[in-house]
Amino acid sequence: MASHEPSAMITMKGVRFSYADRQILNGIDLTVAKGEIVAVMGGSGGGKTTLLGLIAGRLKPQSGSVIVDGLDVPHLKKAELYGLRRRIGMLFQFGALFTDLNVFDNVAFPYREQTDLPEAMIRTLVLMKLEAVGLRGAQALMPAELSGGMARRVALARAVALDPSVMLYDEPFTGLDPISVGIIGRLIKRLNRALGMTSIIVTHDLNETLRLADRVIVLSGGQVHRDMVPEDIRATDDPFIRQFADGLPDGPVPFHYPVMDYVTELMGP
Amino acid sequence: MIASIEALGHFITSRVERLGLAARFSGAILLVLWVSIRRTSLIIRELYFSGVRSLSIIAVSGLFVGMVLAVQGYEVLQRYGSAESLGVIVALSLVRELGPVVTALLFAGRASSAVTAEIALMRATEQLAAMDMMAVDPLSRVGAPRFLAAILSMPLLAAIFTSAGICGAWIIGVKLIGIDDGAFWSQMQANVDVRIDVLNGLLKSIVFGTAVGLISVFEGYFAVPTTEGIASATTRTVVISSLSVLLLDLVLTVMMFRGLS
Repeated sequence: MASHEPSAMITMKGVRFSYADRQILNGIDLTVAKGEIVAVMGGSGGGKTTLLGLIAGRLKPQSGSVIVDGLDVPHLKKAELYGLRRRIGMLFQFGALFTDLNVFDNVAFPYREQTDLPEAMIRTLVLMKLEAVGLRGAQALMPAELSGGMARRVALARAVALDPSVMLYDEPFTGLDPISVGIIGRLIKRLNRALGMTSIIVTHDLNETLRLADRVIVLSGGQVHRDMVPEDIRATDDPFIRQFADGLPDGPVPFHYPVMDYVTELMGP
Repeated sequence: MIASIEALGHFITSRVERLGLAARFSGAILLVLWVSIRRTSLIIRELYFSGVRSLSIIAVSGLFVGMVLAVQGYEVLQRYGSAESLGVIVALSLVRELGPVVTALLFAGRASSAVTAEIALMRATEQLAAMDMMAVDPLSRVGAPRFLAAILSMPLLAAIFTSAGICGAWIIGVKLIGIDDGAFWSQMQANVDVRIDVLNGLLKSIVFGTAVGLISVFEGYFAVPTTEGIASATTRTVVISSLSVLLLDLVLTVMMFRGLS
């Protein structure tokens, strides 16, 4: 079992993962301290969501170790893994709300499934969580009646229902208007502080990341390309990060999918 | 030539792999069944969606099938002067064969396809993943209740189909054609055996319910999470369920009724 620093909530060492013949992660080393907010950035298909899957034990690495709160995740039995997941919350990219349940029942779901609390107490807890995300008034609405930003806030209330010690955010700002992005960003920061959580945020939103994160990890080529504080991102001359920060179409991440020469193809064989 | 042999080999291995996956899935769902049985509210909800909401199509189909059987049966029976046996002929056809089989085929088209589409969509929209992340096993929370609902509702629906069919035959035979009412019912009562006919029909329904339930949950669970994937999973559920029901019916009929006469 790999070493795990006492203050570290998540430690990954030499993690390799591939889907069939496509190598996604190629030796990831990463440590996240308790209470930290770490943003993970990188190109599309660069293994950011895979990283979350490995931390949550939804995927098993081909090699390397993943330690969360002192537990060796890939080697946990199902009951032990579920025990750990009760202490991990995850916000999915589009919320993943249960479409057959209304807002109240979605947030009540973890309480009803994981606790023996009486319904009156569940009601109080759900209303508290909904108040925290500003949607107590939307408790009777169905997910189909919510805007993207509202759905994401309900999903956040549900994810933090059991006061997890680790929160994983999978692209929480994708597809949201600037107001909703700001609301979700502030909520993440406030909840992280109020509940003493450790957060990992997979995101493409550079501005919000710089406001939120204590540290930014940039993935490239299946490895940790850079590990830096947000302030250094604006100043760095690293071509990969500059392309990412300035939204340049071409650079270390090429605009064109690998293909034969244009003129050769146009002229025919 | 080599390419076609390769393609054939790939086709066979992929089918065998899928069969193995289905066998493992069946084992997994049976393992979580005891947890799900205690969640009666979930089973009742699925019984409503799969069973209660299939009632109208089952009852109406049963009525029409019974009526058709009466018309066709009367044509043949009157040639031999035994039109009074219409009740028993219709009842035996429905109780032994048509009740369980047609109910299972209708159930596959009405309820099982919906179950597959629902589970596949839950997978595509990460609802199953969210459940798993909340330490709730999707198989016991989503899969097993739907599987149990299919097993429980199939015999009840088959009984309703059969009853509606007998009523349909009575309307045609007794009310419209004019067969003696007493002969219609008494011959049926005398010749339909509870153990041989009714219980075997019931057993068939339970077996069909198990097969159709497993297929619908499996196809939904392993559907490719795209529009085409969900569409083809739904189609596969109906096709494989229907073929399985007909094949199982042949096997069960041979086992149950061969050499009885």
